[in-house]
Amino acid sequence: MSLKLTALLKSPWVFHLSTGSCNNCDIEIIDCLTPRFDIERFGMLLAGSIKHADVLLVTGSANRKCIPRIKRVYEQMPKPCFVVAIGECALSRGMFIHSYNCPVPIDHILPVDAYIPGCPPKPEAIIAGAVKLIEKVKNGTAKKAKNEK
Amino acid sequence: MAKTIVPIGPYHPLQEEPEFFKLTVEGERVVAIDVHVGYNHRGIEKISEMKTFDQSVYTVERICGICSTSHPFACVQAVEDIILMEVPDRAKYIRTIIAEGERIHSHLLWLGLAGHFLGYNTVFMWAWKLREEILDVMEILSGNRNNYAMFTPGGVRRDIKAEDIPVVLKKVDSILPTLDMLKKAVMDDPVLHARTKGVGILTRDEAISFSALGPTARASGVAKDVRKDAPYAAYDQVDWKMIVTQNGDVFDKLAIRVLETFESVKIMKYCLTHLPGGEIKERIKNIPPGEGIGTHEAPRGEVFHYVRSDGTNRPVRHKIRAPTYMNLPTYKATIIGETISDATIILAAIDPCYCCTERLAVRDMKGKKLFNGEDLVRLSQEKTMQLKKKMGF
Repeated sequence: MSLKLTALLKSPWVFHLSTGSCNNCDIEIIDCLTPRFDIERFGMLLAGSIKHADVLLVTGSANRKCIPRIKRVYEQMPKPCFVVAIGECALSRGMFIHSYNCPVPIDHILPVDAYIPGCPPKPEAIIAGAVKLIEKVKNGTAKKAKNEK
Repeated sequence: MAKTIVPIGPYHPLQEEPEFFKLTVEGERVVAIDVHVGYNHRGIEKISEMKTFDQSVYTVERICGICSTSHPFACVQAVEDIILMEVPDRAKYIRTIIAEGERIHSHLLWLGLAGHFLGYNTVFMWAWKLREEILDVMEILSGNRNNYAMFTPGGVRRDIKAEDIPVVLKKVDSILPTLDMLKKAVMDDPVLHARTKGVGILTRDEAISFSALGPTARASGVAKDVRKDAPYAAYDQVDWKMIVTQNGDVFDKLAIRVLETFESVKIMKYCLTHLPGGEIKERIKNIPPGEGIGTHEAPRGEVFHYVRSDGTNRPVRHKIRAPTYMNLPTYKATIIGETISDATIILAAIDPCYCCTERLAVRDMKGKKLFNGEDLVRLSQEKTMQLKKKMGF
């Protein structure tokens, strides 16, 4: 593993990107940061700007107005970076599969490394997913690890 | 002085959800605001028309995660309005308990975020820590932290077990001292007073002319609450008081939310101790053709649902109006003339929820032009004219 990845895994900063979700997953992500779950124990911190982030947490069933913006946000992220899809909507569009405004699931737009199912996933599930992502990067099987410049 | 445009969004650390504010500033003062929405539109009204009456309740639950009781509550009332049925007493009480639990967690969530916006991260952490206790209560009662899925046309799906009631009461009681401490810490803090008093004032007349709802209206002295005005469920059987303040500034909106939390705890405790026996659900055989409306006082204001049935098992039209839709235009009155540093808390003060609001987006084939309200009214009027001509009026 390269020095960049070793440093990244020590303290992966996350950026939260809502692509038209119902707020539930977003609240559970913020719940992870508050005293009961406290994901900061693992060095994870919610970054204010996408340019400071290592991991992108995507929630919601991407709608037509959001898709170009999601791509732009992803382009602005410093590489290497990883994408985690949170919630049923981001995984497969869930109940919005028949919606006229939600054409594709997130993994058709961005290279997703970890999927956390649930409507909404509990904070415990989100923490478990984050730990699995870290293991995946250590094994070298993560998608974006090869995108490193 | 030269005008500058400050864009906020669509993706901004300040916001939970994607939305776009265009603030025009002269020096430090905001002189104009433009709000662009549509990043959350998922076409729920259309999806709901594809589902049966039973399923559409869980569809509308996914409109908003924070108001995940309010929309089903209004929806089942609309369906019951078509049939003109009464739900059993026990179901009414259980509905009230769940709705008030949601109000407590929603107000605490807002209080935390408001503290965060003002630079009081301690308030943020305390409020959210307290909120976890309420989520535990909801998990005991409904089996889930957020989407409760308790409501169904004709009653509720899940009974409250007798052995759960003392546990829940104990937990609800245990949050009161911390809530009281938080109330004192927030309401007696001189810095918080300086930051929020006299900021973003919405006068009584403006609140009425903008048709503001919920805490936004009540903070401006408009005594408007569906729970008192047109009582439903068990609200007419419980003794509680509506909190109304007169100034309409950010501090009053904050105070209303904190004080309402205590009222909600009171309602919840009364309903839990006076829970009547009997059935929790009445069977619905079929839904006749007709139309019905349902309203519920969500944490942010009145939620309105309209359902039309043609006698089949699916609604032919399901119209939803969320409170933020009415509260959003009040920015025009509150934010103009304030400094850019106060803009954040004023934007947050109505407790906006964009995923509730976004029901319609119109644009041309190139995806560039977004119709505004005027265009929509013009289109609608033109259509009426055409129809009139066609029908020979």
